[in-house]
Amino acid sequence: MKLYCLSGHPTLPCNVLKFKSTTIMLDCGLDMTSTLNFLPLPLVQSPRLSNLPGWSLKDGNAFLDKELKECSGHVFVDSVPEFCLPETELIDLSTVDVILISNYHCMMALPYITEHTGFTGTVYATEPTVQIGRLLMEELVNFIERVPKAQSASLWKNKDIQRLLPSPLKDAVEVSTWRRCYTMQEVNSALSKIQLVGYSQKIELFGAVQVTPLSSGYALGSSNWIIQSHYEKVSYVSGSSLLTTHPQPMDQASLKNSDVLILTGLTQIPTANPDGMVGEFCSNLALTVRNGGNVLVPCYPSGVIYDLLECLYQYIDSAGLSNIPFYFISPVANSSLEFSQIFAEWLCHNKQTKVYLPEPPFPHAELIQTNKLKHYPSLHGDFSSDFRQPCVVFTGHPSLRFGDVVHFMELWGKSSLNTVIFTEPDFSYLEALAPYQPLAMKCIYCPIDTRLNFIQVSKLLKEVQPLHVVCPEQYTQPPPAQSHRMDLMIDCQPPAMSYRRAEVLALPFKRRYEKIEIMPELADALVPMEIKPGISLATVSAVLHTKDNKHILQPPPRPTQPTGGKKRKRASDDIPDCKVLKPLLSGSIPVEQFVQTLEKHGFSDIKVEDTAKGHIVLLQEAETLIQIEEDSTHIICDNDEMLRVRLRDLVLKFLQKF
Amino acid sequence: MDPECSQLLPALCAVLADPRQPVADDTCLEKLLDWFKTITKAGSSLLLLQENPCLVELLCHVLKPQDLSSRVLSFSLRLAGVFAAQEDCFQYLQQGELLPRLFGEPGPLGGAAWTAPSVRSGWIQGLRSLAQHPSALHFLADCGAVDTIFSLQGDSSLFVASAAGQLLVHILGLSMQGLAEGHPSLQAGDWPVCAQKIVGHIEESLHSTAVPQITQALNVLTTTFGHCHDPWTQVLWVRLSPLVGSLLEKDPVPAAHSLVDLLLSVARSPGLSSSSCGLWETLAQTLNHLSPTQAGPLALGILKLQDCPQVLRAQAFVILLQPLACVLKATGQDPGPSDVLDSATGDSLTVDALLSSKAACVGLLCRTLAHLELLQPLPQRPCPWPQEPLLGAAVTLLQLCRGSASPASDVGRHLCALLLGCVRVQRAALDFLGTLSQETGPWKGRVGSFFMSVSGPQELVTEVFAVLLEYLRSPDSSPTVLKKAFQATFRWLLSSPKTPGCCDLEPHALLVLRELLPVLQKRLCSPCWEVRDSGLEFLTQMTRHWGGQAGFRHALLASEVPKLTEQLLRDPESYVRASAVTVMGQLSSQGLHVTPVSPEHPGGQQKSLLVELLHILSTDSEGFPRRAVMQVFTQWLRDHHADVAGDTEQFMARVLQVASQDLDWEVRAQGLELALVFLEQTLGQFHSHCPYAVTPPVAAPAGPLAQALQPLCRVRLFEFAFRALFDCDRPVAQKSCDLLLFLRAKTASSSGSLQESRSGPDVASVEAALQRWQAGDQGQPLGDLEPEVVLAVLRSVDLEGLRGALAEGSDHMEKSPQSLLQDMLATVGVLGENEADCY
Repeated sequence: MKLYCLSGHPTLPCNVLKFKSTTIMLDCGLDMTSTLNFLPLPLVQSPRLSNLPGWSLKDGNAFLDKELKECSGHVFVDSVPEFCLPETELIDLSTVDVILISNYHCMMALPYITEHTGFTGTVYATEPTVQIGRLLMEELVNFIERVPKAQSASLWKNKDIQRLLPSPLKDAVEVSTWRRCYTMQEVNSALSKIQLVGYSQKIELFGAVQVTPLSSGYALGSSNWIIQSHYEKVSYVSGSSLLTTHPQPMDQASLKNSDVLILTGLTQIPTANPDGMVGEFCSNLALTVRNGGNVLVPCYPSGVIYDLLECLYQYIDSAGLSNIPFYFISPVANSSLEFSQIFAEWLCHNKQTKVYLPEPPFPHAELIQTNKLKHYPSLHGDFSSDFRQPCVVFTGHPSLRFGDVVHFMELWGKSSLNTVIFTEPDFSYLEALAPYQPLAMKCIYCPIDTRLNFIQVSKLLKEVQPLHVVCPEQYTQPPPAQSHRMDLMIDCQPPAMSYRRAEVLALPFKRRYEKIEIMPELADALVPMEIKPGISLATVSAVLHTKDNKHILQPPPRPTQPTGGKKRKRASDDIPDCKVLKPLLSGSIPVEQFVQTLEKHGFSDIKVEDTAKGHIVLLQEAETLIQIEEDSTHIICDNDEMLRVRLRDLVLKFLQKF
Repeated sequence: MDPECSQLLPALCAVLADPRQPVADDTCLEKLLDWFKTITKAGSSLLLLQENPCLVELLCHVLKPQDLSSRVLSFSLRLAGVFAAQEDCFQYLQQGELLPRLFGEPGPLGGAAWTAPSVRSGWIQGLRSLAQHPSALHFLADCGAVDTIFSLQGDSSLFVASAAGQLLVHILGLSMQGLAEGHPSLQAGDWPVCAQKIVGHIEESLHSTAVPQITQALNVLTTTFGHCHDPWTQVLWVRLSPLVGSLLEKDPVPAAHSLVDLLLSVARSPGLSSSSCGLWETLAQTLNHLSPTQAGPLALGILKLQDCPQVLRAQAFVILLQPLACVLKATGQDPGPSDVLDSATGDSLTVDALLSSKAACVGLLCRTLAHLELLQPLPQRPCPWPQEPLLGAAVTLLQLCRGSASPASDVGRHLCALLLGCVRVQRAALDFLGTLSQETGPWKGRVGSFFMSVSGPQELVTEVFAVLLEYLRSPDSSPTVLKKAFQATFRWLLSSPKTPGCCDLEPHALLVLRELLPVLQKRLCSPCWEVRDSGLEFLTQMTRHWGGQAGFRHALLASEVPKLTEQLLRDPESYVRASAVTVMGQLSSQGLHVTPVSPEHPGGQQKSLLVELLHILSTDSEGFPRRAVMQVFTQWLRDHHADVAGDTEQFMARVLQVASQDLDWEVRAQGLELALVFLEQTLGQFHSHCPYAVTPPVAAPAGPLAQALQPLCRVRLFEFAFRALFDCDRPVAQKSCDLLLFLRAKTASSSGSLQESRSGPDVASVEAALQRWQAGDQGQPLGDLEPEVVLAVLRSVDLEGLRGALAEGSDHMEKSPQSLLQDMLATVGVLGENEADCY
């Protein structure tokens, strides 16, 4: 069993598991942090951005000044943003049989894999994952396609040139494999390969393994996966949460008794407690708005935003913010808000019960109804006429490189009354802000990541007790900036196996057993013999029939009567050569009784020696040795077949035959 | 006993003795017993029994084999004890052999009733009352009671067990009483038999291997040394101390808690000269043998002792400091120049105790911090006080709990993992840190840079403020931790030294304040109301202290804090509204309330704070904000706040009108307080006795009394006060009574000059209205009163009588023994009727 690790990002995993005869890709995450190296794509022409000076080498050579621009001491690529794809060279991706998706954030690289690698398999995901994943992809494509950029920079990617660049461009990995965003057509084609599944549904893969999604508690429709054969069980835990937010709670019990547990997608901010962060978010929001400033919340169109809106729903009246408009701007804002209300079966118990009242499960319905929350597909159109300040705007993209957020950063960045509050943990907020410097607006970092933290992981592992844990290498040591925090790493016994990008891991267990079915008529013919209380054995002669990874024992065909030998039999009809089998023996030989028996049968001068593995009975007179060990007995005598047979029969008296 | 009670008593005794008529209520029996105790204290018990033979009959009756309730049995035992406390009565009861039958083998002791804990408890309490004279001692010895008491020490009921222990102490004291007086140098061998027996039992228990027995013996001794300081106690200690010492040789030390209590009780006893009986050695030995967790309380106790050898104190202090020293060492910090903490480091036992489990670690640290906090303000605390390392330890603990410390050692990392996010340690450390701010020891008075003077060198104090700010800023601080952090910050700001002749915050504290205000701003917007509330409390404290100082005012006015505070007047949580009212009242008094221009109505005039507070007073659905408004108004009136001084009469009329209709009695009571201030101010000019009294800048109504009373009439103060006089809540009525009495006293001398009133209700109609009010019909208003009518009514109403009646408890009518007896009889009667109904 092998694990091919195609992504180095612990929360955007992409691994391939070879298990029995199947090749299973686990998640398909897209590392978008690469876009932080690019200049933002402004929705309307930004004089500031277009007038940034070109970057030149120390020696004054300015041949890169068209591609690279400098802003407040940082250098950015002036081109369409590009993404860092999962490793495609490590394994032939056309051999991948299935792709299992655990949540909508972990499927963003799907079009690259399904459309450009010769992939012919099936993708499995839950319905909300697919629907919201589609929204995220749609938003991404929309954000990038609506501001077409004529220029495409590639010179800087040249290895010799890259070496000369300042950090972080110099250290960016595998820039040659970075790709532009996919198209909507590719998205649709990729999504058409998905087969929808429900929690606890068992899906057979070629009869060899069975895969089952389980609720992981992190997002709508997010799942962990069980991949099991009859005797082996691999759990894939990716992006799980034990907190009570909107999704169905995590199913922990089904993860028990795993041979291997692959653990990815833990919280990216282990030191920040989501509750505290939500409080911080609310306080800073209220503080800004009360002082007459605007609040900008760069966010994804689904996920934490539902919880934030719910908190604000409870908070705004008490904080005297009822008159402040809340805007949610995204090409998919409407769909996201509406989708969230229809996936009742994927929600936590509280929200499910609301549906039966019937009430919308999320309170943002009421915010919309009362006109406190308004949503728009983009800045243009209705929004411009409704826009009122001070206000709170939720919009993407959290990288601040594309989407409507770029406009608001340019618009509000100059006033210290305004605040940008970062809630998504995927991007470093300082890097995200770099191309907007110098910035007067206040910046608050309240990353809300509800995924498992290390304390929860250690409780989870104690609870489910897997034999082996496999995880990204980042989880096996404290974060570099807090090397003393031994609590910020996975602590388990045996120590977790770690992987990094482009590494192949041999998983530490051997398959020992295989399940074989036995045909009823054959089973009828068996004569079990009890060899120990409760344990019976029977010999069986049969033909092993293997098809579709299923093994069946069938009765051997009766020996056909010789028909005169006219027809030559086909080779395949050959009956296995059924010799009369020697009986199988079991039991152990009690040495003292054996010696007594020997004496009774006329052997004298018997000596017994103890050895490491058993005993040696020495018949000195007959110059014969009987070596008795746990699983074998040897009679060594000098060419006296009569004596050997006599002794053999005496030995056999102590053993059971069947 | 009065004849009425004597008449009722036989019937009651009959009821008590009748098993078919169960007494439903225990408290009646308790009250009855209390009553008998008062009677016997005042007079002869013997006479009482002779005059009321039914009592002895009752005592005899309960002994008959019958199905009597355990309550009555227990009561009878205690009653017998109360009577037998007087020696003549004891003899009287002895004649009838009643006492042996009640307390000896033939009594309930052997019977089925003994299984009830209340009976066992009654038996012990009866004996406790009885054991007051030498005859009682003989009785106890004869009936074998002492052995029973021994066994009751291990009773399953904790009350019985503890009472048994105390009874032993009492008997021991009683038996030694007579002898000890005559023989100051008494030898243990000469002790009375009873005392010998008890001491023998204690010795035996101390020899025992069973921890409960040892605990019992230690507890008896602790109580003995705590209560009795006669010379014989020293003999007792000399005799028993080797045994107590031998407990220390066991591992683990059994009943360590009780042992610590005993040693401290001995050490505190003035009857013992500690130096002569080896107590200090035992204490030193004990400190060494106990585990770090057990040794802490002993160490604290030793340090609290007044006269104790310096060596022992030093040892105790080292033990007390050990956990903190370990923390400092584990985080790679130099424990500092103090010898004390230096010698405390490296104790592996303490390290083990700290690291054994999270619960143990947290428990030990919290106890240590609490002990040191108790010790810090005491005059006998160790000197030199290691302020610097203690500060360092408190700061380090707080950093460990936040994960912001970066310990280099394994122990440190382990500690960090145990303490991360631990709210208990955070709270304890913040409290301790706050206490350390009051340090006025060796640092004080040192010349040098600003911070060094009070609490420690500048770097440390800077670190203290840094860690406090870190806590105040952190989104993970729980509301209770934040509250403590605010309190500690305030204490540290208070302790920053003042420039002579100037009360303002000095420059460094102002720097801290500038960092603090943005944090406070954010906390005032917290979604958690507790946080908003503690933020407001903090602001109140700061404003109270530095509201008049330029530096503070400037910083505060430059921030958004006043504006945010005003918005909190409309907070959904009533506690927060109440706190906001208090702060706003204070800010306004100090001139720190700037009327803001709202974003919705730029340039528009906002309504004044007074109007806003009046609005809260008349409309807020919760009591707390309304009470806070009344307090602010009272303060404003006292301070002659500009908003109030402008038109005081209109203000008073409006507030009293609203307050009189308030459903919350505290608001009405506060209204009377306000009325009193107004009254004093109005009449103050009329009778200004004190030549140095500062004359407030209100219109001074110097003139005849009627003129002086006119403003009071105009604001309808009298209607408010008279109405309050018959308020259904006693405190309001009492306050009103006091107010009117005060007014009557003020006006008594000059009442002659008044004229008869010409308009408005006359005296008779007012009196009639008051009577209706008293009867509960408060609907009708009084109308405009003339001062003359008021004065006449004041004279005619029996205010003194009313005050007397109000001072009585609400049950004073029902408290008499006669009514108690009647009640008990009536209850039984009712029970009987119900029974009849059932059939």
